[in-house]
Amino acid sequence: MLTKRIIPCLDIKDGRTVKGVNFVQLRDAGDPVELAKVYSDEGADELVFLDITATVDKRKTLAELVTKVAMAINIPFTVGGGISTVEDVKVLLNAGADKISINSAAVKNPGVIDEMAREFGSQCIVVAIDTRDVDGTDYVHTHGGRKPTLLQTQKWAKEVADRGAGEILLTSMDHDGTKAGFANEITAEISSALSIPVIASGGAGTMPHFKDVFTFGKADAALAASIFHFKEIPIPGLKSYLIGEGISIRK
Amino acid sequence: MTDMASDIGHRASDFIKMNIAVIKYNAGNVQSVLYALERLGADAELTDDPEKILNADKVIFPGQGEASTAMTYLKARKLDQLIREIKQPFLGVCLGLQLLCEHSEENNTECLGIFPVKVKRFIPENSQEFKVPHIGWNELENLADNVLLKDLPDPKFLYYVHSYYAELSDATIASTHYIHDFTAILHRDNYWAIQAHPEKSSTVGEKLLSNFLSI
Repeated sequence: MLTKRIIPCLDIKDGRTVKGVNFVQLRDAGDPVELAKVYSDEGADELVFLDITATVDKRKTLAELVTKVAMAINIPFTVGGGISTVEDVKVLLNAGADKISINSAAVKNPGVIDEMAREFGSQCIVVAIDTRDVDGTDYVHTHGGRKPTLLQTQKWAKEVADRGAGEILLTSMDHDGTKAGFANEITAEISSALSIPVIASGGAGTMPHFKDVFTFGKADAALAASIFHFKEIPIPGLKSYLIGEGISIRK
Repeated sequence: MTDMASDIGHRASDFIKMNIAVIKYNAGNVQSVLYALERLGADAELTDDPEKILNADKVIFPGQGEASTAMTYLKARKLDQLIREIKQPFLGVCLGLQLLCEHSEENNTECLGIFPVKVKRFIPENSQEFKVPHIGWNELENLADNVLLKDLPDPKFLYYVHSYYAELSDATIASTHYIHDFTAILHRDNYWAIQAHPEKSSTVGEKLLSNFLSI
């Protein structure tokens, strides 16, 4: 039986792992390669590396980090942050990334999703969507959730799937950093409407939050950062809990 | 990475002198396979040189991508003939498995025909419950007694990413369930093939690779 995935997210700045509360206050949580190895050994199903200060001249540093990670771990990982062109994707995949995620670039130029999916296959193209509730309607936000767009989240999710995205990484900016639980409602709405997997992100604080997002939220995978980095929730314990709750999980 | 290798019953030095060819063609994510072999202490070479491939101790045929494009590329370089002539232990991975079959529904592609098996697209009965591609960790079941499957650690989860699958056949030595049972691993003569990505499948995947290197 296909299992639900637990995905720690490592935010990277200047080659180090950081995690902001609502993306503003940054704390250092260590060396990404070491941390990746620990998570892989602890039973994480996948990892996401998000380069939060990715700029063109930093691309090479990121590719070097990707190679180090690929050499060290034996589980799949996704790299995101500042990726906008087919060439960016090629560099990171060749360095050893299994998938890449794009966010703002897709909003700016949706055709790039088709282009990347055609060139590399849908299986390695993750489209990250940051969503926020604006007066009762969900809108896509860019730039770490600061900049609202006119795109309605559910419609955009459908469009990126139609254009060839292999997975959607849905982050609720309303929930991110709150530790009050995932945005189950919109996650379920999008996951039910689409035939591609949805990774839920934003709001994980307790073990039952993961159970809720896999059941009520119909998520295929759940992503979190600080609760893992600061050992508030150990991955082996989380997995045992979810198995006990009847969720299909890889031991 | 000697520690990891010794955990699964092999010392890194076991594979050091082995000559492993990884077939170079227009498939994605080949690097991960090379890194996985490196973690086992094996020094593999990515090559499309027929001489090197025919003289290797072991040949690995990785792959991620689209079937018809891959077949066109292989034929243009006569690698299709070469693959059929190989006598050493040969391992196809992911798209590599599908290309070793007879035919794929992916763009109606005639494949290499090593395994008399057809490759079909997953059709979900219920698209909310079963998404395509099949992405994530799923379990090996119905394992045959085969050298490739020897002493695999439990539980036997592997990482899958695919929209097409090989049907069950006489050559199937392990299956996995998604929507229905499909072929997880094939074996016939000197050819083995794995649908999942052993290079990304933690200790179970490493054991499959080290078993292959030990054949």
